[in-house]
Amino acid sequence: MGQRIDVNHLNVYYGDFLAVEDVNMAVEPNKVTAFIGPSGCGKSTVLRTLDRMHEIIPGAYVKGEVLLEGQNLYAPDVDPVSVRRDVGMVFQRANPFPTMSIRDNVLAGVRLNNKKIKQSDADDLVEWALRGANLWVEVKDRLDKPGIGLSGGQQQRLCIARAVAVHPQVLLMDEPCSALDPISTLAVEDLINELKKDYTIVIVTHNMQQAARVSDYTAFFNLRAVGEPGHLVEMNDTNTIFSNPEQEDTERYISGRFG
Amino acid sequence: MSSQTSVAEHSSSGKTSDKVFKGIAYGAGILILVALAAVTLFLLMRALPMVTGNQKQNEETIVSFTGGQATNFLQYVGPLVFGTVLVSALALLLAFPVAVGIALFISHYAPKKISTPLSYVVDLLAAIPSVVYGLWGGLVLVPHITGFWTWVAKYLGWIPLFKGPVANPSRTVATVAVVLAVMILPIITSVSRDIFVQAPRLQQEAALAMGATKWEMIKLAVIPFGRSGVVSASMLGLGRALGETMAVLMILSPGLGYSFNILQASKNQTIAANIAAQFPEANELGVSTLIATGLVLFLITFLVNFFARKITEKATV
Amino acid sequence: MSDTVSSNHAAPSHDTAPSIDFDKFKPTRSFIAARKRKDMAMRLLIILAFFIALIPLVSLLWTTISAGVARLNLNFLTYNMSGVVGGNPTPSGGYGGILHAIIGTLLITLGAMVISIPIGLMCAVYLVEYSNNGRLAKAIALLVDVMSGIPSIVAGLFAFSLFALLGGPGTVNGFVGSVALSLLMIPTVVKTSEEMLKIVPSDLREASYALGVTKQRTITKIVLRTALPGIVSGVILAIARVIGETAPLLIASGFIPSTNLNLFSGRMTTLPVYVYNEYSQGLATCSATALQSNPPCLPGIRMERAWAAALVLILIVLVLNLVGRLVAKVFAVKTQD
Repeated sequence: MGQRIDVNHLNVYYGDFLAVEDVNMAVEPNKVTAFIGPSGCGKSTVLRTLDRMHEIIPGAYVKGEVLLEGQNLYAPDVDPVSVRRDVGMVFQRANPFPTMSIRDNVLAGVRLNNKKIKQSDADDLVEWALRGANLWVEVKDRLDKPGIGLSGGQQQRLCIARAVAVHPQVLLMDEPCSALDPISTLAVEDLINELKKDYTIVIVTHNMQQAARVSDYTAFFNLRAVGEPGHLVEMNDTNTIFSNPEQEDTERYISGRFG
Repeated sequence: MSSQTSVAEHSSSGKTSDKVFKGIAYGAGILILVALAAVTLFLLMRALPMVTGNQKQNEETIVSFTGGQATNFLQYVGPLVFGTVLVSALALLLAFPVAVGIALFISHYAPKKISTPLSYVVDLLAAIPSVVYGLWGGLVLVPHITGFWTWVAKYLGWIPLFKGPVANPSRTVATVAVVLAVMILPIITSVSRDIFVQAPRLQQEAALAMGATKWEMIKLAVIPFGRSGVVSASMLGLGRALGETMAVLMILSPGLGYSFNILQASKNQTIAANIAAQFPEANELGVSTLIATGLVLFLITFLVNFFARKITEKATV
Repeated sequence: MSDTVSSNHAAPSHDTAPSIDFDKFKPTRSFIAARKRKDMAMRLLIILAFFIALIPLVSLLWTTISAGVARLNLNFLTYNMSGVVGGNPTPSGGYGGILHAIIGTLLITLGAMVISIPIGLMCAVYLVEYSNNGRLAKAIALLVDVMSGIPSIVAGLFAFSLFALLGGPGTVNGFVGSVALSLLMIPTVVKTSEEMLKIVPSDLREASYALGVTKQRTITKIVLRTALPGIVSGVILAIARVIGETAPLLIASGFIPSTNLNLFSGRMTTLPVYVYNEYSQGLATCSATALQSNPPCLPGIRMERAWAAALVLILIVLVLNLVGRLVAKVFAVKTQD
């Protein structure tokens, strides 16, 4: 179900400023890939180029290509809106729509795609997505209550449900647990493990234990100095990165000597 | 900010000045309270002769104001209320969509290089005195818009609102509504823009990330957030239109009736413009009559503000 | 990572999830196209709204500037209207001017400032520093809101009637106008000052109290000083608003062609009233010989004067706005960061 992503010679610019330089990587389908690195190294920026979300900042653009199952997302005839339909995203802080009920939050994306949805189909989809996000049991009796009434961890899982409801191929997560308490973090991490059966997952995290726990592959980003562009130092399966990295920088970062 | 702990013990002069200062602040608060109560009471008192005084004299005053079209206060103020509300509602109707459009343009469509100076310009336009709008309306718009109204009457004349014959010069409700709309446009734009800019980025990104087009994103994440603010902005604009004197006084050819024919002249008049127009010739009782109409205007704007506050309160809870 | 449950592509959970046929929710090609069209249409409408609004506003500014510049010269700024007859030139070589109106505007606005700034500021101090959100504070806040909705002409009527009572019927002078304007200005001053005082961090107050400074000194030396740029900027914007008021001054201060320097006695012309007065008088009559003389009698002179005075008025408002914003920007950085 998940799709693979290949990134070739990707340079990301904000206006004249080169933020990330020459990234090459392959993201395997149905695996969890973690991006780690010190702040400002461009890991979130690279994540956002995978669904063209970085473009919403005026002046941002990329050179190079991002291939989703061989199809370049940056080909001139590709509509960024349709890219984001295939690649879902979960953000650092939970962001349910405050005026909508839990149910409407889950359906928000689907309703954009299709105006005429049968009530029963919608009910099924809401249940499926909320179960998928491990939230169904907690909220099934209050689906018509506003989504912002939930706890932080529940809100984040609601956002995951909202993202999976449009049935994307890839799920991007930008530090999804950084605003959560340890118990909610655990719930979301469990969920990530379950979701990878159906989706390719890329997660940005500044928590190395978390990367070690949830990911199959890890990519380490770094920047040589402040003001210099970020770059991909190395990428490998998670065990190798954490036990036997090739680069000395990676080793130093993992062992907590900087960053 | 607890007040008791703050008083220092060491100097009694400090204590005295403390008390005096507090007294002054307290007094200023009470003064405002009393002043507004006084304004209301005073105006009521001055308007009272309309109700309790010699009805014969009242009738004479009103007959002289209206050339015999009305004989009592209700007959007099009724058409004025109608005219005021009609002109202001039309102005709001014209200004609202355009203002929201510009606000969105500044907050979400225009590149930053354009939007920052643009918001300054809008704020500045909001500060242009109404007498300048009146001058422009009377000398520039009135001669230029007659052709357009003729066209409207020709093709939309079957709607009672646009029934001819079109007045020339078009010193009509329609033209005044356009000028008032231009006048309140910057106010509504400015307040709406401030709200739209504050729409949370998180929700906007959420909408875009699930494949919303820009407009769908605005519908999902910007408009629900800004709705109450836009409503109160419109009420602010409506309030200004209701109380506007000069632009109406300088453009409208007045009449005293309940007419929806906004392209015809001498059909309606507003309360504020009527006060300014009749005031120079009013005697003691005449001023009382005008004050009474002024109170009615105050009541209308108060109701508008009151409902605006209710709407915003409900939306923010 | 447990692989216990194997329902179809639904995520494993405590019991089975419904299976979903996602093709049902897939957007059709035409629907995607329709969404795109709608997005485009809205974008066009919004840009259109901008250009539609531009037409009258540009026209207003352009006519005011182009028509106003024609009569705007030193003579216009340094003479009043006494001795001006119809469209005929005056002995000084000009066609009358607005000196008296500028002086009137400054004096009346100054009067309004003297009344409303202390009251408004102290009221804000009361609301923020002393009231503890009691019932009185709520009543005042409500009334300030109501007050900001007073139609300006009603404020003028109030001032006129009040002074008719105090100073005899028909008392019309500059100060009556000041009172009317301050009624309009106080709510703005209270609101902006209140907002600025609220922003001042309470750590600053607590630090000062901890040093044993009295509350009065804390407020005057620390809180007000920190909030000053914001308050000054708010007050300037409030002045910019009332300086253009016409209707209340028409009633309260009247019109006079000569310069009056006494705020408390006699009628006083302000710039907006001057604009209105020139406009309402229409064309001037000129005899055939006067039209040919040099300098000639100008039938349209009143409109020219109205435009020029309107331009001066706009310039004053513009400068006040810029100064207000500048004050807020320049000084706020120094005190707050």
